[in-house]
Amino acid sequence: MSALKVTDLSKTFPLAKTLFGKAKNGVRAVRPMSFEVQVGETLGIVGESGCGKSTLARMLVGLLEPSGGTIEIEGKALNNADPRVFGRLIQYVFQDPISSLNPRKTIRQIMDAPLRLLHGLNPAERDARIREIFASVNLREEFLDRYPHEFSGGQAQRIGIARALAADARTIILDEPVSALDVSVQAQVLNLLADLKAKFGLTYLFISHDLAVVEAVSDRVVVLYFGAIVEVGRAESIFKSPRHPYTKLLADSAPVVGRALAAPEQKDTELPDPLNPPPGCAFAGRCPRATDICRSKEPQLTQMGDDQFAACHHPI
Amino acid sequence: MTGFLKLLFRNRLAAMGAVILGAILLLVILTPILPLQNPDVTATADRFQRPLSPGHLLGTDHLGRDLLARLLYGTRLSLIVGVAAALIAGIIGSAIGITAGYFGGRLDNIVMRGVDMLMAFPYILLALAIVAALGPGLMNALIAVAAVNIPFFARNIRGITVGLAGREFIDAAKLSGMGHTRIILTELLPNVLPVIIIAMSTTVGWMILETAGLSFLGLGSQPPQADLGSMLGEARSSLITSPYVSLVPGVMIFLIVMSINLLGDGVRDALDPRLRSGALSRPLATTLVSGARRPVPPARDGLLQIADLRTQFHVGSRIYKAVDGVSLSVRPGECLGIIGESGSGKSVTALSLMGLVASPPGIITGGSVWFDGRDMIGAPYEDLRRIRGDRVAYIFQDPLSTLHPLYRIGDQLAEAIQAHHKIGKAEANERALQLLRDVRIPNPESRVRNYPHEMSGGMRQRVGIAMALVNDPAVIIADEPTTALDVTVQAQILMLLEDLRRERGLAIVFITHDFGVVGQLCDRVAVMYAGRIVEEGPTAEVLARPSHPYTKRLIACVPELGQGRREMAAIAGLPPVVSDLPPGCAFAPRCDKASDSCRKGDIALSGSGGRAVRCLFPEEALT
Repeated sequence: MSALKVTDLSKTFPLAKTLFGKAKNGVRAVRPMSFEVQVGETLGIVGESGCGKSTLARMLVGLLEPSGGTIEIEGKALNNADPRVFGRLIQYVFQDPISSLNPRKTIRQIMDAPLRLLHGLNPAERDARIREIFASVNLREEFLDRYPHEFSGGQAQRIGIARALAADARTIILDEPVSALDVSVQAQVLNLLADLKAKFGLTYLFISHDLAVVEAVSDRVVVLYFGAIVEVGRAESIFKSPRHPYTKLLADSAPVVGRALAAPEQKDTELPDPLNPPPGCAFAGRCPRATDICRSKEPQLTQMGDDQFAACHHPI
Repeated sequence: MTGFLKLLFRNRLAAMGAVILGAILLLVILTPILPLQNPDVTATADRFQRPLSPGHLLGTDHLGRDLLARLLYGTRLSLIVGVAAALIAGIIGSAIGITAGYFGGRLDNIVMRGVDMLMAFPYILLALAIVAALGPGLMNALIAVAAVNIPFFARNIRGITVGLAGREFIDAAKLSGMGHTRIILTELLPNVLPVIIIAMSTTVGWMILETAGLSFLGLGSQPPQADLGSMLGEARSSLITSPYVSLVPGVMIFLIVMSINLLGDGVRDALDPRLRSGALSRPLATTLVSGARRPVPPARDGLLQIADLRTQFHVGSRIYKAVDGVSLSVRPGECLGIIGESGSGKSVTALSLMGLVASPPGIITGGSVWFDGRDMIGAPYEDLRRIRGDRVAYIFQDPLSTLHPLYRIGDQLAEAIQAHHKIGKAEANERALQLLRDVRIPNPESRVRNYPHEMSGGMRQRVGIAMALVNDPAVIIADEPTTALDVTVQAQILMLLEDLRRERGLAIVFITHDFGVVGQLCDRVAVMYAGRIVEEGPTAEVLARPSHPYTKRLIACVPELGQGRREMAAIAGLPPVVSDLPPGCAFAPRCDKASDSCRKGDIALSGSGGRAVRCLFPEEALT
């Protein structure tokens, strides 16, 4: 059964009209994309800044209105009109743990809101549930009456996770949940997420720019480039035997102890201009394998190997 | 709350304002029970009695009414009207501002353009128009003054709200099931409230003045009712013959407005978190050096030698030992890595080298930094300034915040060259162009005319590096230069630094938290924990055979690509706060090898041949 199904989802940010009233096309932050996440699966989403991963995440939890396509959560279409409905189905853990907590509320007030508003629990039930959740994320109950600024990044991120758990949603979007944390703390939080998933049967969508972290926690990985899916595959194999040249570039760029320093691409390479996107494959300008067809025709996601898909005219 | 009052009364002027305002408030509260004459009873026979005449302490006005009674009743009325106007303007204006700022879009546009139109009128003209439409009277004057001040609150509060509405905790509240009203009332309002209070406390004085102005023109309180403005207005005709009649209400208006403004400024300063943290106090040009510091001779040879450097932050009564006895050296052409987690003191070490730690609160309390045979700690500012950016250059994490947003990058590079060398503008521009070529920026001829915001993160960091290379430095200190960049861009920047080091024989001090980066770029590495070096040595050796338990476990925490799905190693607990370090080894509370001997006395950094570790039970014995 699929926990999350996305069909032709897209987002275009309109641009203001110019002085002479010439309407522009708008920025296509997310090009029409489709994918599915099975119940109990962790789907990793990797991509560099500007690839549309945060726009995608915000649409999935109803914080941003899609321009086209549909989102289905557990078989039901996402209705983002009423926060009380989708808040129970899908939750979100933010990148910056401190700024995702209201500085003027105690942790108990923050934890109370989803229990009261989404589940209508009475005070005694809420108290019991908060204790239960705090125990499962290894936080002490005395933290409940403190304010967010009293916590370190790692503790604040546990609180953010606890809040997502309080909504009792079975699907959780993790948007760079450990990139603001130190490595020694990052591992604590990743292991906690793995434990919680096993314990509560959660489904994760794990967004990160760190390939090693994504590989370590995901079942499948989606690679985004310039608002579109360029490759999907199993976490064990996608970086070992990438089919899309961009996935290979990413894997070769990650600094690894013991590998000699080498810039995998020597030419000047930048993202295409989002206001003036090139025709054909967006990666063609950086791609060593690009030919004329790449510059004229946009490649479609096609199956290559057992469960690997890539959008490339000249796959590796 | 007591902290707030303490801060408030440390400001002498605010305290004075509070005392005066308190006395006035006490007087007007007691007015109805004081033995005063009726302020409205006229006695033409007693007109223009001088102050201190029997029965009339402050004298009488043109109708023989007692000035003292009129003053107190009038002050009472003026204060009530002023405060009421401030409250009304504050509440309505803040409501408009929060709503417009939270919902944004078209609503925001329409509301704020309306507010702009109101603000375009001179306020007194607008107030006059409102009173003219409603008819004279104190109540209508109050409405006019409040209406005129609504735009001020709306604009202020909208600005704050727009900043808050984009914050992640608002998104989180939506996902907790909160509707718009609840978000505005329970999430936004508590965060905006201090700003509303500040705005009110600084404007209530103005409101009193404006109401007095309307009354002075005869549009506010109507005879015989007294308020300060109408008293002034009525005294105008006898200004020459009996000046005290206008002096009495005039002095009162002065006292009230002055005391409210002083107190309001005090409240603002005490509530503003930036002022409270001392962030707005100007740091000195170089870091303070404690008088008790004694120079320490360099222990090793090298171009830049750090000997037993100690940097502390003194905040209130707490002392944070950010850098506690660090010794390092770097040779020409060598890349030294300093690795550590946040709070380990790696960046403070880097900034201390050229006296760039903000003072206050930073103080260098010990040690030396030897460059070119000179101790840079405690060197005169002029000498430091000559060396900063010329012989020793810095590259920072975020080039967007280190480049000036309003100047073209070519001009900024040329300026940096001319700051240290007496050459002409044309020659400086030519060198700036060459530098952009050196850091491999494509089309440098057109890029020199770019502003920083027109470039991508990777290109900006290249400009940052070009800026560091401007004067052909001997040492570059790079503080997490690639942390904010994407991996593909990071690889290019690291490659560039590596090439520059080979071509120019640059010494690089590279500060990072990433073992992968250290492994690829650095010859030697020092691992820092809680302000001290816990291990150092050649990079390959330290990474392959870490000797300190912290280094070993930290390396194990870093996920590496190509190992598949797995449970990750973690270090339990948190790094210690450097104001409250345990005796002995700072890592002992998190270490599974720690014994009682680790928890007492200083543990020395020991080893030989450039390899050293600060541990009683090292993982690998160093030979």
